Amino acid sequence: MTKTYGFDTLQVHAGARPDPATGARQVPIYQTTAYVFRDAEHAAALFNLQEVGYIYSRLTNPTVAALQERIATLEGGVGAVCCSSGHAAQIMALFPLMAPGRNVVASNRLYGGTITQFSQTIKRFGWSAKFVDMDDLEAVKAAVDDDTRAIFCETIANPGGYVTDLRAIADIADAAQIPLVVDNTTATPYLCRPFEHGASLVVHSTTKYLTGNGTVTGGCVVDSGNFDWTASGKFPSLSEPEPAYHGLKFHETFGALAYTFHGIAIGLRDLGMTMNPQAAHYTLMGIETLSLRMERHVANAQKIANWLENDPRIDFVTYPGLDSSPYKDRAATYCPKGAGALFTFAVKGGYGACVKLVDSLELFSHVANLGDARSLIIHSASTTHRQLTEEQQRKAGAAPEVVRVSIGIEDADDLIADLDQALTKATA
Amino acid sequence: MDYSLTLLKRVLTEAKTVAVVGVSSNPVRPSYFVARYLRLKGFRVIPVNPGLAGQELFGETVYPDLKSIPFDVDMVDIFRRSEAVPPLVDEALERWPSLKTIWMQIGVEHTEAAAKAEARGVTVIQNRCPKIEYQRIFGELRMGGFNTGILSSKL
Repeated sequence: MTKTYGFDTLQVHAGARPDPATGARQVPIYQTTAYVFRDAEHAAALFNLQEVGYIYSRLTNPTVAALQERIATLEGGVGAVCCSSGHAAQIMALFPLMAPGRNVVASNRLYGGTITQFSQTIKRFGWSAKFVDMDDLEAVKAAVDDDTRAIFCETIANPGGYVTDLRAIADIADAAQIPLVVDNTTATPYLCRPFEHGASLVVHSTTKYLTGNGTVTGGCVVDSGNFDWTASGKFPSLSEPEPAYHGLKFHETFGALAYTFHGIAIGLRDLGMTMNPQAAHYTLMGIETLSLRMERHVANAQKIANWLENDPRIDFVTYPGLDSSPYKDRAATYCPKGAGALFTFAVKGGYGACVKLVDSLELFSHVANLGDARSLIIHSASTTHRQLTEEQQRKAGAAPEVVRVSIGIEDADDLIADLDQALTKATA
Repeated sequence: MDYSLTLLKRVLTEAKTVAVVGVSSNPVRPSYFVARYLRLKGFRVIPVNPGLAGQELFGETVYPDLKSIPFDVDMVDIFRRSEAVPPLVDEALERWPSLKTIWMQIGVEHTEAAAKAEARGVTVIQNRCPKIEYQRIFGELRMGGFNTGILSSKL
């Protein structure tokens, strides 16, 4: 590119040039369903994907497009497709790659909701998932077979404590000529840019740190533009003629932009998991301060994790920024600005003490969310990871005796005081 | 190949007449709709395809080859397999001493032929689509959520 800009500049400006119709400096909320065509030929060219433009807001919308360009830019990708939630983004990401009989090799430490989506719901599409320990590279290699079409993992696993060795997994994906898909929700592009470590696709729940204030749900799929969809013959949706577009071949026609065009023209068109412009507006507002918030999130998380680890009422803390974490070096490699703000800790006293702790906190909110400006706490085993077996819960880092916290941007000392008084009650 | 936005913008602003080699008359083939798009954006597009020679496309006669075009072009856009590139480059360099640009479409690359043209002072773009780059530079890709690389607070 002609000129490179710093992250703080990109998070404010990317995708948000002044509105061409009005000069409005902030991105307007284009609350419209449809867009008028110049003439019949213009309409035909748009429907044939021969021109880029607005047809119908299930496919494209100017407010959502601004957000897509911003996230694509921050991740260092060529394009992005936003959708209605992080879960939608996962289906949208896999949809161009998969077909009945195909599988995805996924980390066994994924967020519980993703494990349920991958182990149960995608079977109804004829897809399947094989869950493996991403630290066991031989097991990852062994799990990849002729029907595998992607490897899927999280940068920093939710419920926290684990950082994936993205480069090692990307090398396995490269050797198998399949893309590595990384859920970068918990790290955000401020802490880690998975494309720089070999990932081909990134997904986000924009609900979390990108929006940053717990207002709207959203998701996003970002393409690095680096994957060759034609080379292996494994991805006919992208390399072979598409009957619904007069035999157009996405990769041949759009090159590095093929996957993103497919996400709009097939994914959003037929799955309809569209982000609405109001949601895009809130998320654009949030991203403007992403770096500032993430700095505070990780500084607070580090301070609170240190405090907890030195407290006699605590059994262990899983924060990868701690010297005691087996993932400390890996966090320093992949997330040098900080190891995220999500972690678990075990309270002496087990399940009962965890429940009492959650009930006794005043500032921490007991909610099933993360990445809010507010500090959040949840007992994963009885909520987000409830559908899993105890063995799956332990593998996912959500054992019955641990609670998960998402550290906010409040004063760290106030959060520590709140934890202190609640722990006193919980372990009394 | 990484090309700066400045270079691509200069190429697409300087070119007025573009010969499109390997153009199809099938409206859903990229070689047709890329050429049609360039015509819509004000370029004079000269179609080249021996199989369609003498017919009319985009308001212009289709020529069988580059050497038959009886006037100057600024840019040659190649929609052929990479192996077919060297003789086309030779033909273009011989036909137009003042040729500005040779553009090879997505999937089309030829290092030696490109070097030869560049040695003659011709700008060479490989493995790119002029339509997509035009859309990137002049704002259309913004509408699809693509990373245009352009930041601006100007209208």
